[in-house]
Order: sequence, then C-alpha cells, then structure tokens
Amino acid sequence: MLKITNLHASIEGTPILRGINLEVKPGEVHAIMGPNGSGKSTLASVLAGREEYEVTEGSVLFKGKDLLDLSPEDRAREGVFLAFQYPVEIPGVSSTNFLRTAVNQVREYRGQEPLDAVKFLSLMKEKMKLVEIDQKLLSRSLNEGFSGGEKKRNEIFQMAILEPTLSILDETDSGLDIDALKIVSNGVNELKSKDNATIVVTHYQRLLDYIVPDFVHVLYQGRIVKSGTKELALELEEKGYDWIKEEVAGTAV
Amino acid sequence: MSKDNEILEQFTSKEYEHGWSVEYEADEAPLGLNEGIIRWISAKKEEPQWLLDWRLKAYKTWEQMTEPEWANIHYPKIDFQRTRYYSAPKKSKKTDSLDEIDPELLKIYDRLGISLNEQKRLQGIAVDAVLDSVSVGTTFRDTLSKHGIIFCSFSEAVKEHPELIKKYLGSVVPISDNYYAALNSAVFSDGSFCYIPKGVRCPMELSTYFRINAANTGQFERTLIVAEESSYVSYLEGCTAPQRDENQLHAAVVEIYAAKNAEVKYSTVQNWFPGDKNGKGGIYNFVTKRGICAGDHSKISWTQVETGSAITWKYPSCILKGNYSIGEFYSVAVTNNYQQADTGTKMIHIGKNTRSRIVSKGISAGHSQNSYRGQVQVMKRATNARNFSQCDSLLMGSTCGAHTFPYIDISNSTAQVEHEATTSKIGEDQIFYCNQRGIATEDAVALIVNGYAKEVLNQLPMEFAVEAQKLLALTLEGSVG
Ligand SMILES: Nc1ncnc2c1ncn2[C@@H]1O[C@H](COP(=O)(O)OP(=O)(O)OP(=O)(O)O)[C@@H](O)[C@H]1O
Ligand SMILES: [Mg+2]
Repeated sequence: MLKITNLHASIEGTPILRGINLEVKPGEVHAIMGPNGSGKSTLASVLAGREEYEVTEGSVLFKGKDLLDLSPEDRAREGVFLAFQYPVEIPGVSSTNFLRTAVNQVREYRGQEPLDAVKFLSLMKEKMKLVEIDQKLLSRSLNEGFSGGEKKRNEIFQMAILEPTLSILDETDSGLDIDALKIVSNGVNELKSKDNATIVVTHYQRLLDYIVPDFVHVLYQGRIVKSGTKELALELEEKGYDWIKEEVAGTAV
Repeated sequence: MSKDNEILEQFTSKEYEHGWSVEYEADEAPLGLNEGIIRWISAKKEEPQWLLDWRLKAYKTWEQMTEPEWANIHYPKIDFQRTRYYSAPKKSKKTDSLDEIDPELLKIYDRLGISLNEQKRLQGIAVDAVLDSVSVGTTFRDTLSKHGIIFCSFSEAVKEHPELIKKYLGSVVPISDNYYAALNSAVFSDGSFCYIPKGVRCPMELSTYFRINAANTGQFERTLIVAEESSYVSYLEGCTAPQRDENQLHAAVVEIYAAKNAEVKYSTVQNWFPGDKNGKGGIYNFVTKRGICAGDHSKISWTQVETGSAITWKYPSCILKGNYSIGEFYSVAVTNNYQQADTGTKMIHIGKNTRSRIVSKGISAGHSQNSYRGQVQVMKRATNARNFSQCDSLLMGSTCGAHTFPYIDISNSTAQVEHEATTSKIGEDQIFYCNQRGIATEDAVALIVNGYAKEVLNQLPMEFAVEAQKLLALTLEGSVG
C-alpha cells in the first residue's frame, strides 16, 4: 500500500530525512520510535504533503500512485490521514461544521453524493460512541481551549469519521490519561481492517500494549536504523537509545 | 514565493460578479453641481417649497465646507462638477401596482437575485428597490399597511407623509454634520422611509436594495427609519454596481430614530464594485449613518458586512440619549487588492445606565488597507455607562495593512470602558490542517474567515448570513498567504 524508497527531505536547506525506506502492507501496524528530533514528525508531515519540506530525493508510492505528486488535500482524499502531534485551533469553526465540509469534499473526490445534515449527524453519533467523545466538545470551536487529551481524542474521532486507508498517528498517546489511552486505542483497533494500515509514532511501549504493532522501527538522524517486531519496543523501553546510537556510530565509520 | 503568498494570490484574484450593466433610456440631470441642478432635482420630484429650501440651505453649507482628510484613505480628489446627480430610467414612473413596473427593470433585479414579484419572494422580506436615483418598486406595502407600518420610497413619503418627513429629516444627521452629509442633503434623490407605529412589531424584514447602473452618476440616497414607542423592526440594506473604469461616488445618509422601548436592527451587506485587481475603478462609499436612542430602554443595533467599494468611509453611530438605552455595532470589513476601508463607529453615551458594545472584525488581503476607527464618548451625566469594544484584525499576506484607532473620551468617573484588540494572520498551520482532512485551500480559507467573523455574521438574519458568508469567501478568493 505504501512504499517509501530512499526518501530525503530538508527544511530551509537543512536535511532532516536522509534515506528512509519503509514498506507498509494492508492490514499492518507499524510503530516508529526514536529519540526527540530524529525526524518522526517530519516523516509524517512529508507524507501528508506539508510544503515547507522539500523532498530532495527518493519516492513514495501509495496504492500505486506517486504520493509526492498529489496536493495535500488529494492525499487526504486518497485516504492518508495524519493525527497531528499538535492539532491546531480554528476559532469560530465547530468540529461538526469542519468535519462535514471535510467529509463532503472527500466524497465529492470519490464521486459520491454529499451527505445531508441528517445522514451526517447519524454518522457522527455512531463514531462518537467509538471514542466516547462528548457532543458538547464537538459543537465548540475546533480544538479551541481543548485540553491536550481532548485534542488527541478529537483527532481519532476525525479519523473514525473519515475512514482512511493509511493512518499516521503522531504521538497520539501523549497527553491522554490512562483511561483515555484505553478508549482511544480501542477505537483505533476497531477501525483496523485487512484493507487499511496504521503507522503509530510513539515514545512509549505502553501504547503498544494496546495497539499491537507488527513491526517496530527506530528512526535516528533521519534514517531507520533498526527494525524488528514488538519485542524491540520492550528492549528500547528497558535500555533506552544509547546502544542503538553506538551501533550507528560504529557502522558509520 | 512562500506557500502562504501563493495561496493568498490565488484566493484574492476572483472577479466581481455583479459587474454588468444594462442600457435603458434615462432621464438625467446635466453633469455638475450648482443651485440650478438642485432646483432641477427638486422640480423633477415635484417637491414642496420647504424641502427645496432645505436643500438649498444644505448646498450653501456644503459650499463652505472642505473635504475631510483625516481618514486613513488616499484617493485623487473628486471632481464634483464631473459627476451627475440625478439619473432615472424613463420608464420608472412609480405605479401603485408592482405588475406595472417595466419588465426590463424587473429583469435587472431578477439577475441580481432580488425578485420583486411578491409571490416569488421568500415570505418575510419586503423590498424597496432603488435604481440609480429612484425607487422602482416596493413590495408588500399592503401587508405592512395593515399593521400601520409605512414602508415606501423617500419621494413618496415626502408626498404622502410630509409631516413625518418634516419632523425627522435631518434630526439625527443635521445638514452641517459633515461634508458628505451636507452634499447628500443638497442633492439626495431617493431612498427608503419606514415608520413603525407604537407597539407594533414589524412582521417581516424590511429591506432596500441599491443598484447603481448609470455611468458617471453618483448615488445619494437617504434612508429614514422611525420606530415609535415599544416597536421593533429589522431592516436590511444591500447594494451592487457595474464594473466601470472610473470611480463613482455613493454618499448616503441613514437616520434612525428609536423612541422609548423601541428596537431597531439595521443590517448592511455592502458589495459595491471594489475596483479591479489593479485598483482601477470602484465605488467611493462615503456614508453617514446614525441612530438616536431617544427614549429610555431603546436599542439600536448596526450590523455591517463590508466587502465592496474601492474606498469605504463610514461610521454607523448611536446617540444613547435615553436612560438604559443600548447601542451595538457589529462589523466585518474585508479589503482585498487595492481597496481601502476606514470604518468603525461612534457611541455617544448621554443617558444614565447606557450600554454599548462594539465588535469589529477586519480582514485584509492583497495590497489593501483596513482601518478601524471608533469613538466611545461618555458625557457628564451618563452615570454608570458601560462600553465593551473588541477589535480584531486578520491579515492575509504581507502586503496589506490593518490599523486600529480607538478614541475614548470620558467625562463621568462611573463609566466602565473595556477595549480589546488582536491582530492575527491566517496560519499556514490552519490551512494545512484543513488540507489534511481533504478540504481544498479556498474552502479552508472560507471556513477560517467565516469562523473568525462568526460573532458578527450571527447577528444577521438567517438568509442574509448565508449570503454574507458566500460573499466573504468570494471577496477573498485567490488571496491566501
Ligand atoms: N524550520 C526548521 N528549520 C530547521 N530545523 C527544523 C525545522 N523544523 C524542524 N526542524 C528540525 O528537524 C528535526 C526533526 O524534527 P521532528 O519534529 O521531525 O522530530 P521528532 O522525531 O518528531 O521529535 P519529537 O520526538 O520531539 O516529536 C529537529 O531537529 C527539528 O529541530
Ligand atoms: Mg514529533
């Protein structure tokens, strides 16, 4: 579904990603871990199409299409979803209004009829249960004054509404309390199917107890320097990143 | 070019959609302004002597005044001798029945989406249609008159209700108030008059739709709204003009009188031709709007959505004379390309326990300049006056300007005056967030801008709010930065 080959990207002339290779197949869950500043959010942003990042080399295929060739909105319409590490606030625009606009633009792109108000509301109701989000929150301005945890929960709610094929969750667990972490993870698990895939970016093994990854990758200095199964996450939790950094330093010479 | 600028560029380069004009045989005054022209206009309208005298007095006053230069706007001097002060379609002779209006004129309004056919109209809005210098038709007059409400063109009001016009004309905006008010008083041609009797709640929205069609012609209309004790009316004003290379002057005067317990809501969606992308042409919109809350517990609320005009210069104001009276001003002013707007309000607290609220949202894009200018004045005997002002500016791109000029003038120590101001830019982050959910950039901007202006748009009657939202999006199309 997703094939990243030798991806290099820089921002304002500073190279951040330096040769990422990653393949994600339908039905899989990939976890990406790595020290702060290693390029995890950058990778997510490049996949979503943020234009500040310049792709200098490499390719990304999504469902056989050249992803890098599509505008950010078309990537979203093709089924790429990014749950932001820091969701932005949009004053005066309710989540409901925002999502209805989004859903209908996605539907239009896919040649489907727009949802009328009634149908959209019933879709909302259904998905609200999934992540146990409060109606009151959704009638407020999007993310404005939301707590950290409420913002994250709202991201997953949006994901539930938009039903993407590839979901990238950038540190969705940070800011969630213990109960919320369970609820949100359950939501993500329920949305999983054999046809879609998930990339979770996280610092903590805890999340991976709930959303169990098929593969774990370590991103360091803009490259995936180690890949493994879920046991790798346990090992990182225990030992930290120093041993990996040393390995990298060793091979670099 | 950064992404911001690119999007801004695209978003602000849409064309004005009401830029067409039609040909019709017109009854026109010769170009220029002198006493003879004023007599000509007055005779044309078969006016009584007192009104002609009033006009002539205004003309003398105007001649002695000088054009104001304090506003933050720049434009070549207007040549008042090269403007035409009266132009009316020949076939516009007012008839009692709407069926007799020249179909050609009806078509103009149909094309603007304003049907003058009562059956086709959405129930609940009565329209007075003003084309260049005259009113061509007023709908629902019969329905309204059953409630004792008078809603007609100004010219008819002069003939049919001279005592009311004599009493209120110039009572809120005196002849000598300012340069353009004096000019308007001398040459005004038509406009709307509405009168709501004591205790009557007007059962429908009243509206006037102004259209300038003729070239080289100024539009000088006069609107007068009188709300008697414990009455209520909501009034709407809309306007458009053809796309022309030369600038045209629109200098209107609106006066509102609210008696004890009366409430008047006045909403404007201003969409005069703003000039082209390079700043050529467009309407000069120099308007004086003022209401007086004459009685205790009366309320006047101005809501404006200003999207058009090359230059806007207007400050809808409230004189809060009655005790416990309330004045409100809600404004969204959008400027794009080379538009200039200097707009705001004046709240003059005279009575005790008077309250005012100002919410101003400026949006600037392109090379435009957008200024808020507001004055809150609390007079000596206005004990416990309160004002709250919120002035926000939203910038799109880096070549436009936003300015805030609040003046506060307090002569009573019990006054509570609060002023808040913010300036923000449409964030790339916000646009990207919308894009990532599948929303195209133009729609993202529309969403963000409408969210920003929501508090003001919420004040508009439903049907107008929807129109206004579309208009905001349209005005800014091509402009994100
Ligand atoms: N505009 C910029 N100019 C220069 N460097 C930048 C810019 N934006 C981001 N960076 C750098 O790129 C690197 C990667 O950042 P990124 O946000 O991808 O890290 P991350 O792996 O997500 O970290 P975290 O775990 O803290 O979220 C960081 O060193 C960051 O400082
Ligand atoms: Mg990050």
